Amino acid sequence: MLKENLIMAWDNIRNSKMRSFLTSLGIVIGVAAVIALITIVQSATGEMMSQFESLGTDKITVTATGNPLKSGLNSSDLKTLEALDNVAGVAPSVSITGSAGRQGILLDEVSIMGKNEKFFEADTTEMMQGRKLAASDMDGNTYVCVIDQDIAKSMFINENPLEQRIMVNGQSYAVVGVRDTESTSDLMAGMNSSSSADGTIIIPYKNALALSGASNYSTVDVYFENTDLSDQTIADVEGVLDAAFNYKDNSYSIMNLGSLLDMMNTMSTLLSALLAGIASIALVVGGIGIMNMMLVSVTERTKEIGLRKALGADPLQIQVLFIIEALALSLAGGIIGIVLGLGISVVATMLIGTAFAISWGAIGLGAGFSIAVGLIFGWTPAKKASSLKPIDALRTD
Amino acid sequence: MSEILSMKQIIKEYQMGDETSTVLKGINLNVNAGEFLAILGPSGSGKSTLMNIIGCLDTPTSGEYILSGREIANQDEKALAHIRRKEIGFIFQSFYLLSRQTALKNVELPLVYSGSDKKIRREMAEDLLKKVGLEEKTNHLPRQLSGGQQQRVAIARALINNPTILLADEPTGALDQKTGHQVMELFHQLNSEGRTIIMITHDVNLAKQAKRVVQILDGNLMEEVV
Ligand SMILES: Nc1ncnc2c1ncn2[C@@H]1O[C@H](COP(=O)(O)OP(=O)(O)O)[C@@H](O)[C@H]1O
Ligand SMILES: [Mg+2]
Repeated sequence: MLKENLIMAWDNIRNSKMRSFLTSLGIVIGVAAVIALITIVQSATGEMMSQFESLGTDKITVTATGNPLKSGLNSSDLKTLEALDNVAGVAPSVSITGSAGRQGILLDEVSIMGKNEKFFEADTTEMMQGRKLAASDMDGNTYVCVIDQDIAKSMFINENPLEQRIMVNGQSYAVVGVRDTESTSDLMAGMNSSSSADGTIIIPYKNALALSGASNYSTVDVYFENTDLSDQTIADVEGVLDAAFNYKDNSYSIMNLGSLLDMMNTMSTLLSALLAGIASIALVVGGIGIMNMMLVSVTERTKEIGLRKALGADPLQIQVLFIIEALALSLAGGIIGIVLGLGISVVATMLIGTAFAISWGAIGLGAGFSIAVGLIFGWTPAKKASSLKPIDALRTD
Repeated sequence: MSEILSMKQIIKEYQMGDETSTVLKGINLNVNAGEFLAILGPSGSGKSTLMNIIGCLDTPTSGEYILSGREIANQDEKALAHIRRKEIGFIFQSFYLLSRQTALKNVELPLVYSGSDKKIRREMAEDLLKKVGLEEKTNHLPRQLSGGQQQRVAIARALINNPTILLADEPTGALDQKTGHQVMELFHQLNSEGRTIIMITHDVNLAKQAKRVVQILDGNLMEEVV
C-alpha cells in the first residue's frame, strides 16, 4: 500500500515536472540557505577556535604591567604562583628584538625570546633537529639557544647548525635545536615568526631578562593541571598577584583562553541559530507553495478521488496518498537543497580561505525541516481530499 | 434465491435554495442473487441518483436500505468504503479510467485498496483482461484503446474484487451500436455465470435484454412486465 502510494506520487510528480520543480524551489532555496549558512559559520568559527585551542585552554596568560613601585613579577612571585593548587607550571616570557651574528652574517631584526622548560613541555611545535630547552638550562649561566628554520636557513647554508655557536646580542650561544614553526597551526607561533623579519631565537628566560635590561617579568603563562578547576585557580592566582602588587589597581591583566573560547562557542551557536532562523522563513514560504500546489492538485483531481473512493479507497488511504505526494515534493526539494547548500559551502569556504567541515547537524536539520514542511503543509490538502463525498467528487467535471 | 438488496421507502431530496426537489419519492426495490435487472427511465428521472444510493456513493434523505444484511444508514465512511470494495463493482457511462495508468494497472487498482499483494493483483488483473478479451492490451494506456475496449477494461476492474453486484450506469451510452452490443454480450455471459447485474439505461431495447425490468418515472419505481 505504501509502495503503491509512493509509485503513484512519483508518477504525478513526473507528469508535471515543471510545476513540481517550481513548487519545490522554495524548499530547495530554504534548505540550501540553512545548510550553507550553518556550514559556513561553523567552518569559519571552527577553524578559528581550533587555532585558539592550539594555544592551550589549560593555561592563562598574566600580563603584569606593574606600577611605579613594582615593574612586574619577580622570581619569588613566580615561585608563589607555582606552589598554588592545580598549577602545573609557570612559564615567564621575555621578548626583545635584537641581533644575531655568525661568520660575517649579521641579522639585526631577530626576535629573541626568553622561555623556560615549562613552555617547551606545553609547546606543540615540532623540532626539526636537536632538543628543546630543559630545566638544567635555566640557571642563568647556560648559553644555549633554539633557533627557528628561518634563522637556520640564513645563518647555516649547507651546514648543520647543531652545536655551532652564534652571537646573540653580543653573547655567544650554542645552538641545541631547530624548531619548525611552519609545522604548527599555532596562531601565536605564526604571529611571532611573521612579526620579526629575520626569525626567532629562544634562549633561557633568565638570560633574556638580563639582555632586556628589565628586572622583572611582565608576561607569565600559568599552566593548569585540571581545567575543570580553573575558576578556583584563577581566583588563587589573582590573590597572589594582588598581594604581589600591594593591591594596586590595574597592575596586571589575565587572559583566559578557556572563557574566551566558551564565549566564542556561544556566539557561533547563536549566530548559526539566527541565520538558520532567517533561512527557515524561506522554508515556510516553500511550504505554503507546496500547500498551494497540493490544493490545486486536489481540485484538479477531484474526479480521480471520487473514482478511487468508488473503487473502495477509504478516507485514510486517500489522505496518505496526498500526504505522500506532498512529502515527496518537499523531500525531493530538501535533498536537492542539501546538495546545493553543501556545494555553496564548499565554494564559500574556499573563497573565505577556511577549511570546509561538513555539518551533519545542518544536514539533519535540513532533512528534518523538509519532512516537517511536507507533513504540515500537506496535511490540510490531504484532509480536504479525504473528506470529499464520493458522489460530489465523481459528479464534478 | 437469496435476497441481497432491499430498499423501503427510499426518498432523495435536493435542496436548491429555498426549493426542495424530490428526485426519488419512496422507492421500494428488492434484488435477489443472480438477477439481471434493468432500471429503465428517461433522462433526468433519477436513475443515476438511485444507482449512487445502491452503490453507497450517496445516502438517501430517508428510507431503509439493506445491502447484504447491513443497514447502510448506520455505516461510517470507512465502513462504506469497505462495503463498496467488497459488494459493488461500478461501471460508468464514461469509463473513468486513470489516464496515465495502463489497462493492467487500472484493473489492479481496487485490489490496491483491499491490500492484496502485487503478484496476486497482477495475476488476477491479467486473468480478467483475458476474460474481457483484452489480453493483448494489458500495457496499453486508455487513450490507446477504443471506447469499447476502455469499457471492457472498466468491466474487468469492476469484477476484480469479486463483488456481490455489478452496477452499470448507461454502460453503452458512450459506445456505438456494435461495441455496445459486445458489452451487452459480456453482461449476459457474466450473468449466466451467476453474477448479479443491475444496469441502468434509458434505452428500452437494451432494457429488454435483461431478465427483469423496472421503470422509474417521475421519482417512482414500477415493475414492468416484459
Ligand atoms: N447534486 C444534485 N443537486 C441537485 N439536483 C440534482 C443533483 N443530482 C441530481 N439532481 C437532479 O436530480 C434529477 C435526477 O438526476 P439523475 O439521477 O442524474 O437522472 P438520470 O440519471 O435519470 O438522468 C435531475 O433533475 C437532476 O437535475
Ligand atoms: Mg444518469
